[in-house]
Amino acid sequence: MREELYVSGRHLAHIDPHLEIWGAPIAIYLFIGGLAAGLILFANLFYLRGKADEFAMTVKVSTLITPIIIVIGLMLLIYDLHHKLYFWQLFLHFRITSPMSWGAWTLSVIMIPAIFWPLMYLDDIIEYLKERNPKCKITGVLIWANNIAKKIKILQFLLDLARKNQKMMAYISIVLATILGVYTGILLSAFNARPLWNSAILGPLFLTSGISTAAALLMWLTNNPKERKLYSKIDLLLISVELFLIIHMFMGMVAGTQTQYDTAMMFLGGSYTVVFWIGVVALGLVFPAFLEILELNHLKVPTWLPALLVLVGGLIFRFIMVYAGQASSYNLF
Amino acid sequence: MRYAMAMDTRKCVGCSDCVVACQTENNVPIGFCRDWIVESVQGVYPETVKMHFKSERCNHCDNTPCVRTCPTGASHIIEGGIVKVTPNECIGCGACIESCPYDARYVHPEGYVDKCTFCDHRIAQGMNTACVDVCPTSCLIFGDLDDPKSPVSLALQENDWYVLAPEAGTKPQLYFLK
Repeated sequence: MREELYVSGRHLAHIDPHLEIWGAPIAIYLFIGGLAAGLILFANLFYLRGKADEFAMTVKVSTLITPIIIVIGLMLLIYDLHHKLYFWQLFLHFRITSPMSWGAWTLSVIMIPAIFWPLMYLDDIIEYLKERNPKCKITGVLIWANNIAKKIKILQFLLDLARKNQKMMAYISIVLATILGVYTGILLSAFNARPLWNSAILGPLFLTSGISTAAALLMWLTNNPKERKLYSKIDLLLISVELFLIIHMFMGMVAGTQTQYDTAMMFLGGSYTVVFWIGVVALGLVFPAFLEILELNHLKVPTWLPALLVLVGGLIFRFIMVYAGQASSYNLF
Repeated sequence: MRYAMAMDTRKCVGCSDCVVACQTENNVPIGFCRDWIVESVQGVYPETVKMHFKSERCNHCDNTPCVRTCPTGASHIIEGGIVKVTPNECIGCGACIESCPYDARYVHPEGYVDKCTFCDHRIAQGMNTACVDVCPTSCLIFGDLDDPKSPVSLALQENDWYVLAPEAGTKPQLYFLK
């Protein structure tokens, strides 16, 4: 019989017995990044396909949400820094090998079209909200903001310039949003030291999951049956791709090195098994997909239910990836 | 110039002098450390039981994931391959900590990330690192790998050695003699 006892004399806060440098703020930040990327992708894609009036929720109204959540994401990122007063150093450098640098810059640059987009449609958004819910308090705030915006001549000049170049803006936004969506996964997969994260599949997986959560949110918010049905179909497709990628991620790990195998076992019998396969896969992917199939077959299903499940599932998925990733490491005997 | 350290696992008694010497020399805040002792016991009593001690620290890797993932360039490499952090450029994002397979970095209470510097202020004056000088069994050996006659080069020529997690691809420069 062979037994090995391993005692480390190091007891550093947030590092031993296993890493916990990143927590909830980073998980929520990654969720927001993916959601924002998805919202921008849908708004710009449907704009380019000439559906601005037909799919008003996607192309016009939902773009109000994007800059707000991006600001929340950036604030969470800065809140999570330990040397907060030096956060501006992030914007004095661009380091091509650092995903963190890519993310901070992409989020900041994408803010520009993300702010201009809803401003260009402010009149239409107000009209849409008035029609749907005349008592909505947000409408009052928007009317007030719109009146102020109309008086700022430079802003109107810039908005006219943006309207003239809207197509180009849409193409640039699509590229930036794709980088943003992939980045939320690449940020983690760049860390070779954490075997769970160190998989190239994380980029496409997080992008798909992000777009899927955006589709769920738009499906929930819209009151246009055609738009809703389309998002049900899109979400169904994205959920299938996501399941496919998750299976491949574990297949790659089980067939990998000892370190990767041990990491996969955290999810295949270990402490993350139940929360991952029930919380994320069953309740966050399979069950909402089932509900969407029922809905597409004309059965009455409350739309908010699959949408909420996909959104919560996406959030739990990011929490699990952040925490489990830090618990996985190389064997240093 | 390529600084490296060898650590003789056959001589180490796990006294932790290197840890305390480092904390004193580098004003490491209480509760933190830049180097540490690891103890491993193999086998079951009364059959063959083997005990090993290791004194570990930053591996000052040739392929540095911490420098690669740093978003500001605060983590950088100085002459001799020593990996250092500039506190005023560090935002404390934790990317380097996540990227280190050896968990050799920690967040200093002031917010920036701190780690072993191979006592670059001492070696600039021709001295050894504090941990090497204090070691009562002389199990720590420091020197320049580019100089074939340096103590560390000789130790690696004369002994069998291994490094930690070579599969991580970091090309670590902390060698363990066995």
